Amino acid sequence: MAITVRIPTPLRTLTEGKDEVEAKGSNIREIIDDLEGNYPGLKERLCDDKGVRRFVNIYQNEEDIRFLDSLDTAVKDGDSISIVPAIAGG
Amino acid sequence: MSRSRRMGSIVDAVGNTPLLRLRKVTADTPDVKVYLKLEYTNPGGSVKDRPALQIMRDAIADGRLTKDKILLDATSGNTGVAYSIYGAALGYRVALVMPSNVSQARKDITQAFGTELIPSDPMEGSDGAIRLARELIEEEPEKYFYADQYRNPSNPRAHYLGTGVEILEQVGDEITHFVAGLGTSGTCMGTTRRLHDHSRPIHCVAVEPAEAMHGLEGMKHMASSIVPEIYDPKLPDEHMPVGTEDGWDMADRLAEEEGIHVGHSTGANVFGALEVAKRIGKGCVVTIACDRGDRYFAPMRWEKHYEW
Repeated sequence: MAITVRIPTPLRTLTEGKDEVEAKGSNIREIIDDLEGNYPGLKERLCDDKGVRRFVNIYQNEEDIRFLDSLDTAVKDGDSISIVPAIAGG
Repeated sequence: MSRSRRMGSIVDAVGNTPLLRLRKVTADTPDVKVYLKLEYTNPGGSVKDRPALQIMRDAIADGRLTKDKILLDATSGNTGVAYSIYGAALGYRVALVMPSNVSQARKDITQAFGTELIPSDPMEGSDGAIRLARELIEEEPEKYFYADQYRNPSNPRAHYLGTGVEILEQVGDEITHFVAGLGTSGTCMGTTRRLHDHSRPIHCVAVEPAEAMHGLEGMKHMASSIVPEIYDPKLPDEHMPVGTEDGWDMADRLAEEEGIHVGHSTGANVFGALEVAKRIGKGCVVTIACDRGDRYFAPMRWEKHYEW
């Protein structure tokens, strides 16, 4: 099951410059593990041992996963996952 | 430094901010005085009042900003709030390009002053806002005055003429170290230049987010960003990377232990200042409180939906 993941500019150095990548998994945790396999280093930018890092927002379609089931949020074919910095820089 | 000044215009309330000695978070380094310059006491609630007003004053003085033009700039918030206030007070129109993931509060505050908001792609961050602003200027150069806080020498000049001078007046010859975070780099560049003019060497430290994707709003990770033209990496005596969590935790401590509720960039500045304090053991460190914590983005239920 392929899910589209949108990558923000500061993380594109890890995804060969791609702003959108495909990942497999049945929930966000599996998606992130799959991403880590293809793009090493990505996981630690997104998660710490407590879950999603406080300044990282992950959206399933237009919903922040913090308000769903966090890393256990189930994803289905055709979903779009977006990684969005919680802040907008300078 | 009186907060009960009588003044004729809101623009007169910019600057002359208090300098506060931190007593609790500095418990491990009793022989180092650590001071925080409370820039959030500016009318717009942030350090950005200084460059915004300086940019406008200098441009009005030499005719670049006129009443038939619209001041345009890319900003994630604080500079935009400041332009909005002084645009309203001085009678100039303002339009701002902001990434659409800036907090609703920022959007509401700026719009309260009649400012026009132009949203840019949230995935592109502040660099996306800069690119969109440049496109708009290219399309209609006559319509706008491009304030360009990242390139405008009036930005660091505000701190050379203001912040740096005030710090020297407030702590006198005591200061040994100055710590400031890098965003546009205006605060760090201008203040450092003034402090380096001082008769005795003052060691100036630039704090930067440790990672490209970070949560220190207002700060820039230079290696992965459009580098501001006003930024001279050789000017600071030292560069110090600070992690987002360290900055956030320090912001929490400042609220709980000192009664100062500040934004995360201030947390990072103070974290940096305390690292310096631990290292030197004796001296006087000054850093900047950029803005208040209540202006902060938090993922709140009523803000959870984004329009892409």
